[in-house]
Amino acid sequence: MKKFLMMSALLAATCAVPAQPKSSADAIAEYRAMLADGNPAELFEAKGEELWKTKRGPKNASLQQCDLGKGAGVVKGAFVELPRWFADTAQVQDLESRLLTCMERLQGFNAAEIAKTPFGKGEQINLEGLTAWISAESRGMKFKLSQAHAEERKNFELGKRAFFYRGGPYDFSCASCHSQPDKRIRLQDLPELTKNPGNGIGFAAWPAYRVSSGEMWSMQRRLNDCYRQQRFPYPGYASPVTIALGVYMGVNATGAESIAPALKR
Amino acid sequence: MNKKRISLAAAVLLVAACAAVPPAPDYDALTAQMMSGSFRDEGIAKVDRLQQDAANQACSKAQMANLPDVLAASIQQQALSTVRMPADGVFIGDWREGEKLAQNGRGMTWTDKSAATSANGGNCYNCHQISKAEVSFGTIGPSLYNYGKMRGISDPASAAARPIVEYTWTKLWNAKAYNACSGMPRFGHAGLLDETQLKHLMALILDPKSPVNQ
Repeated sequence: MKKFLMMSALLAATCAVPAQPKSSADAIAEYRAMLADGNPAELFEAKGEELWKTKRGPKNASLQQCDLGKGAGVVKGAFVELPRWFADTAQVQDLESRLLTCMERLQGFNAAEIAKTPFGKGEQINLEGLTAWISAESRGMKFKLSQAHAEERKNFELGKRAFFYRGGPYDFSCASCHSQPDKRIRLQDLPELTKNPGNGIGFAAWPAYRVSSGEMWSMQRRLNDCYRQQRFPYPGYASPVTIALGVYMGVNATGAESIAPALKR
Repeated sequence: MNKKRISLAAAVLLVAACAAVPPAPDYDALTAQMMSGSFRDEGIAKVDRLQQDAANQACSKAQMANLPDVLAASIQQQALSTVRMPADGVFIGDWREGEKLAQNGRGMTWTDKSAATSANGGNCYNCHQISKAEVSFGTIGPSLYNYGKMRGISDPASAAARPIVEYTWTKLWNAKAYNACSGMPRFGHAGLLDETQLKHLMALILDPKSPVNQ
């Protein structure tokens, strides 16, 4: 409660003082630091770890045999190497599409149904926890996506093209906001995603807990809302464009330290 | 002789190597396939929004690099030809209404109910500094603070002001008329804002009475 009061006070201060725009960013950084010992993402992480170990679904199985790329059941370090090529599905998959595969094959869930489920509903709620915990198991590790497989390289090239793809009523692409250093929308700093934007910035910060909405957002949800604001039609959950963008941003972030699940305004 | 034989062998090897390299993927086709296979209609945001005109196609392909001069010129010429000047010849509306529109960042997303111009804001502060009083402004576009004043506009209705006034109207109507790959939406051309709304935005940055020009 005390923390919440402090938070509100700081937020109020941020809004009231018409100082230089950058100082607001500083204040937000300060307030993030204040919350660092109590990031609500921890609750999602705890839930995710339990979900991983709990027998669920039509097959009443846990996810403990799920192969996230480093072998069945290996979670540590998996997140910073995703998306990657998986031989058993013959696809490049990100964390979330890989979890769908595991939920279907090990637990008997219907992956297509879960992909169609709106964010924050049904099994999508469980994915929030799972992605929070799995990403947290790689916290502090550096991104190092493989480009060894031809499909991984192809996805990078396609992701790059998706990134610069202009369309919609506003003619926007991802690059409209994320291809230059030190730019803002209103007061919100924009990461430059055509190169390594730095430790814990951009790709290295999602999933994240968003204080403004009180929600845990995965990378898929982050991309979904980017496309909404880009005035594009609706990208399917784990659709090819989202995977390709993940590869493009992930490879660009090589060497960046993951802070996921991060805390956002 | 020996040398000749070696170079011949090398040539044969090169040809063989070239034949063995698989053809480069057709990324344009693959990109089109990826885009059409990834999106669906939601509310007012239909998949036809993925279709690109010549300008968006060329600018996407350039990946933020400059277009060849000839191509840029032809896109700009085409954009310029789409611009419709106000029917009544009046360019300047009410800067107060313009400020409201500039502040309003709504419109055209799949969570917006209507695509009508009346449901849309100008989104201006998202990218531009405009009035000095608003400190929450974006930096993707240039600052528009003192836009009219810096250009010496004391009476926007005067003949002397006409070139700047028409330039500004054109920029708002179809920004690609002056910069083929401009990052700014084509507010008039794309039907995002109507003539009256555009006049209010014109007033915000050109009217000497607007706070922007104090």
